[in-house]
Amino acid sequence: MATHEGSGMFIRVEVGEPLASDAESAKRLAGICPVDIFAAAPEGVGIVDENLDECILCGLCLAVGPAGAVRIIKLYDNNAPLEA
Amino acid sequence: MRFYEYEAKAVLAKRGVPVARGGVAHSPDEAERIAREVGGEVVLKSQVLTGGRMKAGGVQFASTPEEARAHADAILRLEINGQSPRGVLVEAKSPVKKEFYAGVIYDAVAKLPVAIFSDMGGIDIEQVAEEHPEHVARAHFSTFQPFQEFRMKELVASLGVSGNELGALTRVMSKLAQTFLAHGLTLAEINPLAQLEDGSFIALDSHLDMEDEARDGQAALLAELGIGKEETRQARPPTPFEIRGAEVDASDHRGVAGRVVEFDGNLGCVIGAGGGSLTIFDALRKHGGRPANYCEIGGNPSVKKACGLTKLILSKPGVEKICVIMNVVSNTRVDIVARGVIKGVVESGYDPAEKIAIFRIPGSWEDEGFKILEKYGVDYCDRTVPMSEAARRAVEKVKAGA
Ligand code: SF4
Repeated sequence: MATHEGSGMFIRVEVGEPLASDAESAKRLAGICPVDIFAAAPEGVGIVDENLDECILCGLCLAVGPAGAVRIIKLYDNNAPLEA
Repeated sequence: MRFYEYEAKAVLAKRGVPVARGGVAHSPDEAERIAREVGGEVVLKSQVLTGGRMKAGGVQFASTPEEARAHADAILRLEINGQSPRGVLVEAKSPVKKEFYAGVIYDAVAKLPVAIFSDMGGIDIEQVAEEHPEHVARAHFSTFQPFQEFRMKELVASLGVSGNELGALTRVMSKLAQTFLAHGLTLAEINPLAQLEDGSFIALDSHLDMEDEARDGQAALLAELGIGKEETRQARPPTPFEIRGAEVDASDHRGVAGRVVEFDGNLGCVIGAGGGSLTIFDALRKHGGRPANYCEIGGNPSVKKACGLTKLILSKPGVEKICVIMNVVSNTRVDIVARGVIKGVVESGYDPAEKIAIFRIPGSWEDEGFKILEKYGVDYCDRTVPMSEAARRAVEKVKAGA
């Protein structure tokens, strides 16, 4: 499990600071993602690599922090970010 | 999925339907022990998921435990229609006075279960219905309303049954119907339902079929019967390829990506689902294609599951290309299936543009799906191209080796 960012074959997830190291935000992200892409690790937000490509582009995680704190990148679409 | 007779009887007994004393044996020793415990004359029946047991010698009677042992030894070695027996059911031989038929099936036209009763049991109900229709009665019942026993009473009484027999047969019919409802069955049949010389009733033979989709909801019952997820219980024993297909489908609760049936062609099929799969399969054959497999995808399987299914199909020797075809989908996401299939192709070491003959899944999130397909150079089409035409294109590509 990488921390703060991870890339699948189709989806890349990035979580910026200070959100990435905030334990409360990590818990919220882990709870909100329907396909378990986030994990609440001791050092903050963990990314579960094996689930990255399951991202359903629901955008729920984007609302956990301020705009741009969490970015979902569509690698198959010229790295277009998922819009909130 | 079909149950063995001993399993069907265990399910019915639990629901209060009387069955003969006995048990299933897996060795001659065990058969002898059960026969001794039962006492008196016993019947031994091969446990196979096929008909023709009696004719093949898979049903024998024994007067002593020693004789039961000898018969069990022979029955356990006997292959019936290519099936080796799961065991041998050893039961007390019942003194039968009269035989009836009790059944429940799902009437797909009425969209309701229908209970069927006949006072001519022991032969195929289809034959009775054809030759003696006046001896067959039917009654539909609701899957939503609370079960009403009087419907079964009306059913049984409609063939002139009265008195104590009416009460007893109503109870058996009601328990059978409730078993059907409780366990997601598509068929629940007792034939013959025997009236013994003392007037009581007993299920002499029984056949239960469970809806495949009900398996998850019936996990407790299946575990109790010792039926694992890998046991597909289809018309013939599953091939290793089919067992792996069932494992892929069981690997994740999301959607369906499995129900694999193996054929000997060169075109792998990632197709779905139910009627759609059958239509696509027929279209491939009509255009001269040789499908390597049948399968079903649908209900929004996860990327991992679609990937696993694709890898499995590509691992089959002789598969030259795969076609990915579904009807217009509303409950499955095109982009998720596209991701899974492409990932499966890449992880198998192939180029998606080469290996996927055609991708024709229009519907939910198709724009996102089409972006993925374009990125990997996969030939795809939308809903303006009929499934039959997509099948034709796939077949042509395989034939051309393109
Ligand atoms: S967009 Fe939805 S599915 Fe994707 S990572 Fe965020 S919460 Fe999870």
